[in-house]
Amino acid sequence: FMRQKIDEDMMDEIEEILITSDIGMDTTEKIMNELREYIKDNMITLPKNIKKGLTDIIIRLIDKGDRNKLSDKTPLVIMMIGINGGGKTTTIAKLGHKLKEEGKTVMFAAADTFRAAAGEQLAIWGDRIGVNTVMHQEGADPSAVIFDAIQSAKAKGIDVLICDTAGRLQTKKNLMTELEKMNKVVSREYPEADRETLLVLDATNGKNAISQAKEFNEVAELTGVVITKLDGTAKGGIAITIADEFDMPIKYLGVGEGMEDLEEFNAEEFAGGIFNE
Amino acid sequence: MAFESLSDKLQGTFKVLKNKGVLTEKDVDEAMRQVKLALLEADVNFKVVKEFVADVKEKCLGEEVMKSLTPAQQVIKIVNGELTDLMGGEGAKLEYDPAGFTVIMMAGLQGTGKTTTCGKLANFLKESGKKPMLCACDVYRPAAIDQLEVVGKAVNTPVYTDRKSKDPVKIAKAAKKEAELKGFNVLIVDTAGRLQIDEELMAELENIKDKVKPYQILLVVDALTGQDAVNAAKGFNERLAIDGIIMTKMDGDARGGAALSARKVTGKPILFMGTGEKYDALEAFHPDRMASRILGM
Ligand SMILES: Nc1nc2c(ncn2[C@@H]2O[C@H](COP(=O)(O)OP(=O)(O)OP(=O)(O)O)[C@@H](O)[C@H]2O)c(=O)[nH]1
Ligand SMILES: Nc1nc2c(ncn2[C@@H]2O[C@H](COP(=O)(O)OP(=O)(O)OP(=O)(O)O)[C@@H](O)[C@H]2O)c(=O)[nH]1
Ligand SMILES: [K+]
Ligand SMILES: [Mg+2]
Ligand SMILES: [Mg+2]
Repeated sequence: FMRQKIDEDMMDEIEEILITSDIGMDTTEKIMNELREYIKDNMITLPKNIKKGLTDIIIRLIDKGDRNKLSDKTPLVIMMIGINGGGKTTTIAKLGHKLKEEGKTVMFAAADTFRAAAGEQLAIWGDRIGVNTVMHQEGADPSAVIFDAIQSAKAKGIDVLICDTAGRLQTKKNLMTELEKMNKVVSREYPEADRETLLVLDATNGKNAISQAKEFNEVAELTGVVITKLDGTAKGGIAITIADEFDMPIKYLGVGEGMEDLEEFNAEEFAGGIFNE
Repeated sequence: MAFESLSDKLQGTFKVLKNKGVLTEKDVDEAMRQVKLALLEADVNFKVVKEFVADVKEKCLGEEVMKSLTPAQQVIKIVNGELTDLMGGEGAKLEYDPAGFTVIMMAGLQGTGKTTTCGKLANFLKESGKKPMLCACDVYRPAAIDQLEVVGKAVNTPVYTDRKSKDPVKIAKAAKKEAELKGFNVLIVDTAGRLQIDEELMAELENIKDKVKPYQILLVVDALTGQDAVNAAKGFNERLAIDGIIMTKMDGDARGGAALSARKVTGKPILFMGTGEKYDALEAFHPDRMASRILGM
């Protein structure tokens, strides 16, 4: 935006910024078309006046109003799902910490019974922030963990139950079916609870995230996404494509490995972040 | 399979070319535009794509190709050659310290698969007749040591731990000493995930490198990574001079372009790919075979 005039070179440069922040090819094209119209309609001639238009276009794609916020009804059951290593367990710790600070009672369900020491990882977080974790042995049926956790949460009158699940690639059919089963247990055992099903998306991920959103949404009716690892050099632009293509709200941003490193989503800031160095 | 969509798109482009017979410069231009889009769709880094396409195009417009009787075949051959080069040419293998005791250090961004891959490597080494030991140097992530212990047990490999220490350098040094003393010949050092821009944690890895002298520093790259892969790979390589790359999570529908970019910007070979969560899900990476598979040859 420091150029002298708006020309094709500048447009190419903007396109490059969009592509290298992992915004999908179709969304990039859509943004570029809207930008050309914006420039024409507003008779913009100075490069420095482009940025606002561009950010506004992106904000329109990702701003879902109130849907960008987590439900504040209780009891609430949150399922944290996503591919391997994206940051589910850590996000649960951060979110649990945040909800506790807000005065809610929180419980964790360690329904990742597959990955080595996944339950221990969650339980250590639980201890650190003062939240109980319902845990079974490694290899146990994850749905059974959820079942037990629900009974315990009900008995103790817990406000928010957050369920950790094993990482799974969206192409693994049996693992996706397992997720469906866990969801059924929640619906059946806890119909009065409000629900959030959050897809944890790693900001470093490229276009594969589109298929993650599609496939997980099909088996689990997502209510939103959390984008993690934004403290690194990745921009997480693929989330813009996902918010647009699936009308999916982004709820939180992960910006570090500590329990405080969770931010509420702000469309303006996120859109602006794409163009920051 | 990983690289599938790239494969479909490239093969589609070449089919169009093959049906043409004689090729004009315009045909080549259009084909290269398609190749560029296919590579970008596959998460290959923007700059890497630009360079790749420019190289291929220059070669394609050479006289031998345009005047040849089967120009389309020539173009495909060129793309195949360049793609093989991009993936690492001849390919490379894990190397062992000729002195007899090899230290392998894992490094990478958070959650890429380092700890799991430690187990896979131990398994691979045992099958190759080596005696590996694991070493738990992630003192930050909750239950990271427990995780490596579970992994070690699953692959029947002892794990050196020191739960009282918060100093990975000290732990790695002690582990090396113990491993040598007990007659092991490979030590695999698991390290905490970190950002390449994290000054303090990158200095920690440099320190381990300095004190423990790993013969192989392996960068673990997640195949699902997008454009950022080059930043991370460059960052790790500049600080540590890595020896090779392991590309994980290739069992899904990863586009895989990121790993190619990581190879390109570091010049270091992709040694293995991870194809699952189990400890036998590790395969040697063959650039030529992968290129041919992508192009359906
Ligand atoms: N830099 C950074 N690291 C993060 C963030 N969120 C999580 N991590 C790290 O990413 C790694 C993986 O996080 P986990 O929470 O274990 O991820 P997961 O999705 O539960 O992983 P699996 O259960 O194995 O599928 C850990 O090293 C975390 O500390 C973040 O916002 N920023
Ligand atoms: N599908 C699949 N999952 C994998 C592969 N390699 C590792 N994983 C999974 O990815 C997740 C993260 O693996 P870890 O080994 O904990 O990753 P890490 O790099 O040690 O993570 P940090 O120590 O937190 O940085 C786990 O759920 C693993 O089971 C692979 O090749 N395929
Ligand atoms: K960032
Ligand atoms: Mg987890
Ligand atoms: Mg690890």
